[in-house]
Amino acid sequence: MADIILNKIYVKVWRQNSPKSKGRFETYLVETVSQGTSFLEMIDILNDKLILEGKDPIAFDHDCREGICGMCSMYVNGHAHGPDAEVTTCQLHMRKFSEGQTIVVEPWRAAAFPVIKDMMVDRTAFEKIQQAGGYVSVNTGGIPDGNVILIGQDDAEEAMDAAACIGCGACVATCKNSSAMLFVAAKVSQLAKLPQGRIEAKKRAKAMVAKMDELGFGGCTNTGGCELACPKSISIAHIARLNREYLRAKFSD
Amino acid sequence: MSSFMSASIGRKFLMSITGIFLISFLLIHLTLNLFLTFDDSGDLFNLAANFMATNPFIRIMEPMLAIGFVIHIIWSGWITLENMRARPQKYEFGDQLLSWWAPAKNMFLLGSMIMIFLVIHIFNFWVKMKFTGDPLLAGVHVGGAEMHNAYALVSNLFKNPWYDLLYIVGGILVGLHMSHGFWSAFQTIGFSNQIWLKRLKCLAITIGVVFALGFCFIPLYFMIKF
Repeated sequence: MADIILNKIYVKVWRQNSPKSKGRFETYLVETVSQGTSFLEMIDILNDKLILEGKDPIAFDHDCREGICGMCSMYVNGHAHGPDAEVTTCQLHMRKFSEGQTIVVEPWRAAAFPVIKDMMVDRTAFEKIQQAGGYVSVNTGGIPDGNVILIGQDDAEEAMDAAACIGCGACVATCKNSSAMLFVAAKVSQLAKLPQGRIEAKKRAKAMVAKMDELGFGGCTNTGGCELACPKSISIAHIARLNREYLRAKFSD
Repeated sequence: MSSFMSASIGRKFLMSITGIFLISFLLIHLTLNLFLTFDDSGDLFNLAANFMATNPFIRIMEPMLAIGFVIHIIWSGWITLENMRARPQKYEFGDQLLSWWAPAKNMFLLGSMIMIFLVIHIFNFWVKMKFTGDPLLAGVHVGGAEMHNAYALVSNLFKNPWYDLLYIVGGILVGLHMSHGFWSAFQTIGFSNQIWLKRLKCLAITIGVVFALGFCFIPLYFMIKF
């Protein structure tokens, strides 16, 4: 099938020179874009044009461009990662847009994710939450036998579903409260379902929630927006588990 | 424990516990109110109202209920304020995933409107029955005992169509608030998983519809009948 060419599209994009400076929207015309082009390639085409015109290209995070690294944080037309479901921005294609359309592109907006430049936001907050307790302490030594600790298939599957989280921040960007609960829930769940993770479970839930609160994320009001925006479809049932883990830890203090 | 009360999950825990408590209160409230429509002499409702006013258990529960309301209201304001602070700069093109009217997105607004209704409602009945009195409340004899004629006070108010309309709106608001609040409360206390999430959501909508219809039925009954 031959690709349809979009002769004209308008990209209304957030431009901000530095963390401290005041940002503004600017609208650019992009011509002759194939619908087979990925969204980030379209931004690349626009950036080429901006460079040739002697202007500052749009800064944006990207790395793998195959939906795994979780870097491409863009809020496109009111959707984290754009209007397509279960994809990251890099997997979004121009076939989701039509001739003459104006596409509004914004960075993630959250107090805990300050803008560095244009589309780039600082997501160190997620790293800090992980460092607070998103790990298991294992003694180094020889590699243990794979079947020493038996894990039921259902538990393994559920832990794996939670582990699909790529830490892109779409949940925070979408949540009306900029809450990181889905992220923290996924990181707690991936370990809570496994026997290796149970040992530090109480400490983990308390430490990660305390860090999340400290870093200025909002609280969860169970709107479920995060689940809809998540490119990996992580269920809010994991949030119920996080609540359970946290309350159990707090009440046993 | 003080860190628990101010932690994001701790705050929500208090909201859900008080929320479930308020729902159970409303269930009793609605059941007794429906007596208004069972018996046009008002005896059944007067008996029920008298039972509630004199029963020692209910007398103990009354201040607990007030505390439940106060905590639910104060904590909701606190949570909302903190949550607004988490996004200082708003989006140009806002969230498109949930519709603008979704109760989940508007719990504080719905709750605020219910609070305005609650104040009017308290002045309509509770204040008159407890403190100021009203000529309509003049004692009646039901089953040999003398008691307030609460039925006269209620049926008189519902003769005014504007009050009927207000109470219908109040009922719908409570139903919408519960259609999210009910399952959300269970999610927050951790009683949910992949399967129960669907069941609880379904139950929440059912409860919301039942409460809205129940509370709307009473003013509608008086509107049509009288």
